[in-house]
Amino acid sequence: MKKQNLIVLVGGVLFGFGLAHSGMTKQEIVLSFLQIKDLGLIFVMGGAALVTFFAINVVPRFIKKPPFGSQFKPRKAAMSRNVIIGATIFGVGWGISGQCPGSAVASLGTGNLPILVGLASIFIGAYIRGLLDKE
Amino acid sequence: MFPLGIEHYLIGGILVGVGVSLIYILTGFHATQSSFFTTTLSWFSKRKHFQKERNLQERSWRLHLAIGLVIGALLHTLTLSPTGFWTTSVQLWRLALGGMLVGFGTRLSEGCTSGHGISGLASLSTTSLSAVIVFMGVAIVTANIVQLIGVSP
Repeated sequence: MKKQNLIVLVGGVLFGFGLAHSGMTKQEIVLSFLQIKDLGLIFVMGGAALVTFFAINVVPRFIKKPPFGSQFKPRKAAMSRNVIIGATIFGVGWGISGQCPGSAVASLGTGNLPILVGLASIFIGAYIRGLLDKE
Repeated sequence: MFPLGIEHYLIGGILVGVGVSLIYILTGFHATQSSFFTTTLSWFSKRKHFQKERNLQERSWRLHLAIGLVIGALLHTLTLSPTGFWTTSVQLWRLALGGMLVGFGTRLSEGCTSGHGISGLASLSTTSLSAVIVFMGVAIVTANIVQLIGVSP
């Protein structure tokens, strides 16, 4: 296995373990956040973003480039209409089902077989996005 | 506000952040999730949208990331999980309809709860902040409407 893939796999295991520990792999818990019954999700996203903030903004001051990669580059997407329209459509889907892409993938590891329907549907949605891309 | 406490939420979030950070520091990759679906489709569709150079370069590590996620959640289920293996009671039609909108919307927006919500916010991207406010606001309204019309959970 390529070193990069091995690193990503290990990081992914931590990511998935954390999602499961925080309950985000359970659609019911995500829905209870969206229904304003349990606001814990804020701490999951906030905790993850805070740790990642140091990795993206502080670590590159001490090491010039990633040892197994080419460069450090913060994730700054350009603003466009699609960003907002897409976020709106995503919000509707998230609110209906309590699934988002990462939590749906990880949920498979909790034995939640119905999530296969959700994962197949996310693939279909991503495919339709590709069909509509005029580029 | 927090009927289940906050500790496990915070610890889980920090673990997610450590995973994302480990990957970023060692490889420079942003371990975001929704791109996995687009890059994986590049193995099955010849369309230009999926065959972009970047997708072909990223599809292998993104597949490893997804496999890691499943293994990580499985390890948690076998060790620390109070409930063990588990099945959602959210109806299949909601998983199907919601899933399609999630797939389409995140790819149009080029980010999801992890792309905009973790890596984007951590990069202090105002675009991502706007996206997070929009998808969270819309999801809260949607989830409450779904509940109001008597669909549960």
